[in-house]
Amino acid sequence: MTNSTIHFLLNNKRVTIENIDPNLTILQYLREIQFNTGTKEGCASGDCGACTVVLAELDATDNTKLNYQSINSCITFVGSLHGKQLITVEDLKDGAKLHHAQQTLIDNHGTQCGFCTPGFVMSSFALHKHNKKPTRAEVLEALAGNLCRCTGYRSIIEAALTESVAVESDTFAQHYEQTVSALTELQKLPTPCLIGNGNRYIAPKDIGELAHELINEPKSILLAGGTDLALSVTQNLAIINSLVYVGGVKELAKIEESDSEIIIGSALPYSKFIDTLHHYYPDLGEMIERIGSKQVRNNGTLGGNIGNASPIGDMPPALIALGATMTLHRNGVERTMLVEDFFIDYKKTLLKPSEFIKSIQIPKPLAGQTLKLYKISKRFDDDISAVLAAIFIEQKTQNATGCIDNTITEIRIAFGGMAAIPKRSPSTEAVLKGNVLTQTLIEQAKEALTTDFQPMSDVRASDKYRMTVAQNLIEKCYLELQSKTIETRVVNYA
Amino acid sequence: MRSLINVKKANSNSNESLHSESNNVGLGGVGRSKKHESADKQVSGEAIYIDDRPSSRGELHAAVGQSEHAHATIVSMDLSEVKAAEGVIAVITVDDVPGHTDIGPVFPGDPVLALGKVEYVGQPLFAVAATSYDLARKAVKLAKVEYQVLDAVLTVKEALTKKNYVRPPFTMKRGDSDKAIANAEHQLSGSILVGGQEHMYLEGQVSTAEPTEDGGMNIYSSSQHPSEVQKLVAEVLAIPLNKVLVDMRRMGGGFGGKETQAAPWACIAALLANITKRPVKFKLSRMDDMIMTGKRHPFENNYTVGFDNNGQIKGINIEVNGNCGYSPDLSDAIVDRAMFHSDNAYFLDQASVTGNRCKLNTVSHTAYRGFGGPQGMMTIEMVMDDIARHLGKDPLAIRKINLYGKDDRNVTHYHQDVEHNNLAEIIDTLEETSDYQARRKAVTEFNFNNKVLKKGIALTPVKFGISFTVQHLNQAGALIHIYTDGTIHLNHGGTEMGQGLNTKVAQIVAHEFQVDVDTVAISSTRTDKVPNTSPTAASSGTDLNGKAAEAAAKTIKQRLIDFACEKYAINAKQVKFDNNHIIAGEQRFSFAEFIQLAYMERVSLSSTGFYKTPKIHFDRATATGRPFFYFATGAAVSEVIIDTLTGEYKTLRTDILQDVGHSINPAIDIGQIEGAFVQGMGWLTTEELVWNEQGRLLSNNPATYKIPAINDAPADFRVALVPDAPNREHTIYNSKAVGEPPFMLGISVWSALKDAIASIADYKQSPILDTPATPERVLWAVQAIKAKEVSKDR
Repeated sequence: MTNSTIHFLLNNKRVTIENIDPNLTILQYLREIQFNTGTKEGCASGDCGACTVVLAELDATDNTKLNYQSINSCITFVGSLHGKQLITVEDLKDGAKLHHAQQTLIDNHGTQCGFCTPGFVMSSFALHKHNKKPTRAEVLEALAGNLCRCTGYRSIIEAALTESVAVESDTFAQHYEQTVSALTELQKLPTPCLIGNGNRYIAPKDIGELAHELINEPKSILLAGGTDLALSVTQNLAIINSLVYVGGVKELAKIEESDSEIIIGSALPYSKFIDTLHHYYPDLGEMIERIGSKQVRNNGTLGGNIGNASPIGDMPPALIALGATMTLHRNGVERTMLVEDFFIDYKKTLLKPSEFIKSIQIPKPLAGQTLKLYKISKRFDDDISAVLAAIFIEQKTQNATGCIDNTITEIRIAFGGMAAIPKRSPSTEAVLKGNVLTQTLIEQAKEALTTDFQPMSDVRASDKYRMTVAQNLIEKCYLELQSKTIETRVVNYA
Repeated sequence: MRSLINVKKANSNSNESLHSESNNVGLGGVGRSKKHESADKQVSGEAIYIDDRPSSRGELHAAVGQSEHAHATIVSMDLSEVKAAEGVIAVITVDDVPGHTDIGPVFPGDPVLALGKVEYVGQPLFAVAATSYDLARKAVKLAKVEYQVLDAVLTVKEALTKKNYVRPPFTMKRGDSDKAIANAEHQLSGSILVGGQEHMYLEGQVSTAEPTEDGGMNIYSSSQHPSEVQKLVAEVLAIPLNKVLVDMRRMGGGFGGKETQAAPWACIAALLANITKRPVKFKLSRMDDMIMTGKRHPFENNYTVGFDNNGQIKGINIEVNGNCGYSPDLSDAIVDRAMFHSDNAYFLDQASVTGNRCKLNTVSHTAYRGFGGPQGMMTIEMVMDDIARHLGKDPLAIRKINLYGKDDRNVTHYHQDVEHNNLAEIIDTLEETSDYQARRKAVTEFNFNNKVLKKGIALTPVKFGISFTVQHLNQAGALIHIYTDGTIHLNHGGTEMGQGLNTKVAQIVAHEFQVDVDTVAISSTRTDKVPNTSPTAASSGTDLNGKAAEAAAKTIKQRLIDFACEKYAINAKQVKFDNNHIIAGEQRFSFAEFIQLAYMERVSLSSTGFYKTPKIHFDRATATGRPFFYFATGAAVSEVIIDTLTGEYKTLRTDILQDVGHSINPAIDIGQIEGAFVQGMGWLTTEELVWNEQGRLLSNNPATYKIPAINDAPADFRVALVPDAPNREHTIYNSKAVGEPPFMLGISVWSALKDAIASIADYKQSPILDTPATPERVLWAVQAIKAKEVSKDR
């Protein structure tokens, strides 16, 4: 049963939206329908953060708790507002008194032209809701998706570092229980649906409903974070006729662990599984922190990153190297396959009509196993990779007679940005597997790469650079395995 | 003999005084770190930018159809489907322009809509007014245009070969450089490709046009030059200037990208408003903005130099070739400035500097912070590094030995004296405070012990000429009213784009009357308040408008003094302005009380003010003169770490010492230095403009064009202002311009990257590193040095 309305809180006010084109973004809704112009459009592609707003939602495991998530409103469709509280820069002032996130910027002279400022205020606000005494690293992570062209950032960093511990509680803290209560009420509403301008949006609440919806409307577009999908609308002026939002399906938005695996729901945003993955695979955690921005990671999902099948998606090469599997669901029937097998050709996958990605299973590391990841991009943060190398190695440290060995018993090398799909390098693996690594062997391995890949040149990198870097990353991996003290990554000098 | 500046009490970015509450209460006069006049509104989302303004009744939205080819004749243009598209109210081509069709700001060459041919991919062909922003942008895609494609010139090399220029070449000479080079003990030559830069102001181009009852037009435009927008709108509409009004309160960033590049959109909005008789808003999407507006000129420079055993230059030939795009725009002055700054901080002795203005079939490149200066300086900074490696010396030693002197070696190659020269003191002091020598040793040692990662460190100076090199632009006006309640209304011809101009000018006026700075209300820059204004550019906003506002304030102040003398039978010495009060002999009044008194006695409380820069002149025919009122100086030390396997790198630490004279607002000045440096660093590192072989811009959105993000700024970032150094020229409160000069300190990062790469060959080779020095270019430079090392060992 569906209602053709969505319901959310605009700060403390309950709002109902109906008869609106679901292709409308939150930014457009704010500026053109609510006439709240504090939130700015800088790019309409999720790259600059001027449009940052904060969504407060009930925590999945503790329904008395609110999570404050910064997102790019320019690439988030209005449907995603359902059941959440939308907080914008206009909501922070308490009468005439500026919020901590605002006052600290003024005190540190952290504004010049001011256009990026509302976005920074909201990102800082969300950060301090999470941690009243953030470290410099946490500040940099929270604000990496907000571009400023005027200040050079130092003053903004100082502002965000200023502790909010001693500050009186803000209006959101004062209304905390009412907000929890109001959002709890919204959870009880039937499946949200929006119909406007001949276009449709629906947010099924469970797998059964989702599967059924996709059988009925096989041409529907699956929407999770929408951090790439929305650009077809905001940049290419496409109109999506039928959007099926998977983020409301609880089974898809959770993370579980078994003894041997981490199981991540396809609709769980990056920000909710990064810590778990970092625990088991530190390189992976560090790499994910460079995917997009905080705003993007609060929306974007693994299901989206895989399903989008971009040759430069960052998760697939890592998942392939880890030997991860994925489970697909179609009308009550499930099948599981290696992530590696899912990609056929440029933007073509094995996904059938009416089928969706349900979960991704990542094996936990066993003794002697390491994952090394290298993301190469022009700008360190919030940049699409030129090349991503994922190298999974298993080394036995003792042979049958108990001597130190270091034979490579298993190796999987996968790349993004080197072919039309994320791909392993069987020739390179064949050179290394079953052997002890030597410089000579590494040189052979580098040569073997040219057999498996003929990368292209584009705006991000030349073909020659891609191949040279891919080869050098094999070298770098070798150096790191040989020595625990060698310095090999500029990132450690952040 | 080193003379060090005492920086113990210098204003710096770690200074508590920047944050003191006292800055924001009470007298916010000159020298205080008063907060930005819009700060409170910016953080609360209440600051209104043009796209935030309420829509006018019946407002339409504009979009333009764009050329698909870099060079072609338009054979036919079928706009029937565009006209029939949903929401479309009007469609215009160049044939519908009632007045001038060329809107070139200095020289002709910029048709407002294509006139029979197209000269770059993205050039506007026709314009549409529709009922919504999306409908307008969808409609323009429906045009059917037939082209006859012509050969496009897409490289500087081809432009030079064909002598395809937007303006004629120009040379500045002193003495006989060829002879001096030949006679010198050493000779070197080199060349460099210097990339352009996209402004990436966070607020894109936007204009609104509303027809008035007099057949005129009211324009809101995010523009650095409202007077020029006024002029061009009047010209395209064939109406007099006094019927066009342009209002500009604030830009969300400019950087030069809105000096001339805002006008076309205002003109098109005006043309559509004129035809439909309805208000029209023209906002460019980010991608359209990046495709259709000019950027910093890419340059291709080369040099031949002769120097002695100490590395001192005896003679030099420099050629700078500006990639100007398809039309002149401001290219003449920009390439001139590249030529003026081919010396940076160094005495060139016998020199010849030639600048070519190459015409290519791309968007027409335009003003951008530094205005050719940064690109010109790259050559000589390359020369310094190259000489150093050739002689086996520290590049800093070579820079020092070539610095302009105080009593001799103190004339530029265009024959201006370098007066009040503090370059040596700045460099020596920064060398000390940044711990350069110790860190130089530490860097070399790190490199000896590390195979994959290498560090680099470099100190580079800047000497930047302050004034518009086009003399007539060095003028400014202001308008001040004092109302009967004692509140002050301030207006001037400068435009606020974040640089704090309005804040500083308000401080100047408040200081003059000795009242709280909150007594002064800032108002929009409007062509009906101050006429015929220059663009806010050349770092001259505060210099020019500050002086004009001071003049207006002084005029009113004198009237009040004269009035007090007459009324109370006292002399001028007995009239004092002090802390929101006026003391007249034995009497003491609040400022507001006295103003009311003056009003009742019919004293005029409103005045204009005007200023023009003295002393400056330049004879282009002989390439001699004094084009700059003074020079702004500074230096930076940057330390980087690079990955020799991938080319990736990070800037670890930057120290800056900048001379801003007597600072009117230290916090604003420091903010300008930090922002300029990071932008300069971005220009030389991650910001890469890529055009394909058909002349199409591939890096046309922020997903493909990467400006520095928060993690890219140096983690350890130390900025100090030279203390106790009033500008020796009579500038406003003896301050110095700060908008552009620190931008060029970003060159220290590029030099540091080369230093890191050079470590691979034991500092004996000078790496060739074109810019932007992306990880890819750094990796190739690393490989080239390694290859040279290998071939040497054979």
